Amino acid sequence: MPVDFVFKDRAEESRLVKRRVFVAGVIVILLMSLVVLRLVYLQVLKHDHFITLSQNNRVKILPIPPIRGLIYSRDGVLLAENQPAFSLEIIPERVENLDVVIKELAGLISIQEEDINRFHRLLIEKRRFESVPLRYNLDELEVARFSVKKHLFPGVEVIARLYRRYPLKAETSHVIGYVGRIDDTDMSQLDTSNYLGTTHTGKFGVEKAYEDLLHGEVGYQQVEVNAQGRILRILERTPPEPGKNIYLTLDVSLQKVAADALQGKRGAIVAIDPNNGDVLALVSSPSFDPNPFVNGIDTKSYQELLESKATPLINRVLQGKYPPGSSIKPFFGIAALTFGVRQLNQETWCPGWYSLKGSEHRYRDWKKGGHGHMNLKNAITQSCDVYFYSLANDLGITRIHKVLTDFGFGSKTGIDISGEVPGLVPSAECKREVYHQPWFPGETLIAGIGQGSTLVTPIQLATATATLANHGKLISPHNRQVSIYDLSHWNEVINAMIDVVHGDRGTARQSGLNAPYKFAGKTGTAQVIGVAQDEQYKKEEIPEELQDHALFIAFAPADAPKIAVAIIVENGGSGSRSAAPIARQLFDHYLLNQHSDSG
Amino acid sequence: MEDKTLAQRLHIDIPLLFGSLILCGIGLVVLYSASGQDLNIVLRQAMSMAIALLLMLAIAQLPPEQIERWSLWVYLFGVGLLILVLVAGHVGKGAQRWLDLGLFRFQPSELMKLAVPMVLAWLFASRRLPPTPGPLFVSCLVIVVPVALIAKQPDLGTALLVAAAGFSVLFISGISWRWISTLTIFMALAAPVLWHFMHDYQRRRVWTFLNPEQDPLGAGYHIIQSTIAIGSGGLYGKGWLNGTQSHLEFLPERSTDFIFAVFSEEFGLMGVLLLISIYMFIIIRGLHIAISAQQTYGKLLASALILTFFVYILVNMGMVTGQLPVVGVPLPLISLGGTSVVTLMIAFGILMSVHTHRRMLSE
Repeated sequence: MPVDFVFKDRAEESRLVKRRVFVAGVIVILLMSLVVLRLVYLQVLKHDHFITLSQNNRVKILPIPPIRGLIYSRDGVLLAENQPAFSLEIIPERVENLDVVIKELAGLISIQEEDINRFHRLLIEKRRFESVPLRYNLDELEVARFSVKKHLFPGVEVIARLYRRYPLKAETSHVIGYVGRIDDTDMSQLDTSNYLGTTHTGKFGVEKAYEDLLHGEVGYQQVEVNAQGRILRILERTPPEPGKNIYLTLDVSLQKVAADALQGKRGAIVAIDPNNGDVLALVSSPSFDPNPFVNGIDTKSYQELLESKATPLINRVLQGKYPPGSSIKPFFGIAALTFGVRQLNQETWCPGWYSLKGSEHRYRDWKKGGHGHMNLKNAITQSCDVYFYSLANDLGITRIHKVLTDFGFGSKTGIDISGEVPGLVPSAECKREVYHQPWFPGETLIAGIGQGSTLVTPIQLATATATLANHGKLISPHNRQVSIYDLSHWNEVINAMIDVVHGDRGTARQSGLNAPYKFAGKTGTAQVIGVAQDEQYKKEEIPEELQDHALFIAFAPADAPKIAVAIIVENGGSGSRSAAPIARQLFDHYLLNQHSDSG
Repeated sequence: MEDKTLAQRLHIDIPLLFGSLILCGIGLVVLYSASGQDLNIVLRQAMSMAIALLLMLAIAQLPPEQIERWSLWVYLFGVGLLILVLVAGHVGKGAQRWLDLGLFRFQPSELMKLAVPMVLAWLFASRRLPPTPGPLFVSCLVIVVPVALIAKQPDLGTALLVAAAGFSVLFISGISWRWISTLTIFMALAAPVLWHFMHDYQRRRVWTFLNPEQDPLGAGYHIIQSTIAIGSGGLYGKGWLNGTQSHLEFLPERSTDFIFAVFSEEFGLMGVLLLISIYMFIIIRGLHIAISAQQTYGKLLASALILTFFVYILVNMGMVTGQLPVVGVPLPLISLGGTSVVTLMIAFGILMSVHTHRRMLSE
């Protein structure tokens, strides 16, 4: 720049600069005051607001889920345990491209399409910062393979969690049930505050029935977290109260015998202690392995279970509705004596069929030639149908309904496993109300031999048998006396049932041979299809699923009952051949293997 | 001449020296906390400060006339380096700001914070004040060229400070208020053009500043977390090393641009007022130096440098308290970073030079 001579008024310039510096100084002070005002606003006026925000930033309250209680059998066998297992979990918030990451992970460990589908399902339910499991049950090799490359997968972690496991698998599944991931329906029924942090809840069986006991109380910890949500230290901790361990009345060894007896068959077995209603064995066959259900069974396997003709998911003990057949007869025997409709030795002539007055229709006895003269005892022992046709006719449907209802048929027994169905005890009123049809006398006869519309569940049959063994004392959960009956007659019926297994002509005498104890029983053979008047029931010509159901109810020892059972073998043919031998096995096991004094 | 004190003979201005030393001390204390008690970082910063202090003292020895003579060359050298940076600079944190000189990396844009006021003061000092339109137009070019080059790196914070330094000279030199309002209007009109040239992240910052709550976990996060830190500090603060916001990593950039939030959280309003008082003390001392300077060059340069120092403080505090958009401007002498400390101390050195080389004869 060329510098020409300029006249400079130094004093004037100095004043100008001074003025400007003053102005600048004022501006500086004004602007600085604004900053100070802002700071006063933030630090004094809004201090409470921000201190709360910073606390919220810093302190998080995290639930600590309680450890679920274990389930043992009465003989101390572990039926449901908590097993640590590794799962691969992803925190969606911290992963930029889920699909890419999953694809990369699949290169390290096996990830099936099923896993990915489940992952996406859970992803919708969870919040962005909650970890979502991608794979369960990683084996050690997979854990190691991932751990080496872990730094490449931020937001992906291997987490060890406790998972429910059922060591006896299918053998106890219908009793224990299983736990599964909490879904929306569960959430609406559960105390949400107590289930913060809990992932699984009982879905069926004992797991569901005793959820409150098994779950325990949630604990809390106040933790200090950093911006990444990582826990830095624990400020305060309220420990969770672990779920209670529970002991079932179930006798696992007896359960095994029962399960083995039904191996490969369809059917149900219940054994209860008539003294207190303890369920000793409960088998519904076929069964299923509950373990895959814990973390969500894959759709294909579930479909297979669901669509199987053998319906393994149905608990036959509670949900199977069967005609009781002749197994119902002892209960009518009690009624006959109590209501005075029959005397003990009053005989009925059995020609092999029975007809109502003024009707040509012949109601056939299972024994073609007839049983001849039959008193009550013989009628029970030999399961004479004609005697009970005639008895039913004299009792009438109203009293039949009363007798069956009193023994607990037609209503839920109240067993502590959910899903029970009430079955059906026929009555004239019911038929009129529901079907708007009159009651026919012939239906009463059919009801007399446990056929027709009467439907019972195995648990009802077992409970009723226990009641019989108790001389009318209905066991828990009902816990009430059947007081209207004259208790002096009970022994007669029980003696008849003893003869069923130990008498020369008893229908189940094969099963009672050489038993070192006496037991009482009654066979039943329930028809699945009606047989026309002139037809013969020919087993060989009938497809399996239409063959008769085999039933047997029994208790032992007969004089001081300790176990009462109801056994149903679907399409098993006759009760004496298919069902009664199982009862003998159960009794032998239970009474002769030191189990007589347990419980 | 015999009555000169030791300080005067060493060309040291005691108030400035003490003010800056106290600030450095506070800076190291806060940095220790903000860095998560990392002694290495604190030591490194202390080293930078020591070097800066030596540079300050060295510069103070130069008479202002010497500095005035070098002004143009420093400026041209600086612009040359800026162009070099654009061509062959080192890319760090997404911006091209650094020049690798082997021993250390150098940010030419920092130099411009000094060079622009120097060259403008030189330009105006030899002419009558207030400046006439001719030199005024030249001075606008002198400002715009480096500002544009720096903004292109992109480094909005430094560009802003350089522009502020240049504008301070214009203001002090007494340009008429009409010119000032014309310039303001021009800048307002230039804003859309600037917007057009902005990077996406810069635009996002402006948006975020206007409405931080709209994206609390994204771009608004910085501002929200820093206001929480400041607000939760209250009157007396949470105490040194006890700032939860900063120590739990909720606060981003807590050692550098947002260190004021750490300070406010831990020392509260009382601490902040003390800090601002120290800053104000230095600014007022700087303005005093400007007024009492004998040469126009010294007056203009001193006031421009001290006003730039103020703009540093204002922009940083405004940004951290959520009053201004987030631009990368450090809190002078407190924020981690050697470059800005060196620049600031050199500026103080120039102030000292202006003040201590006055001649006593023309009374």
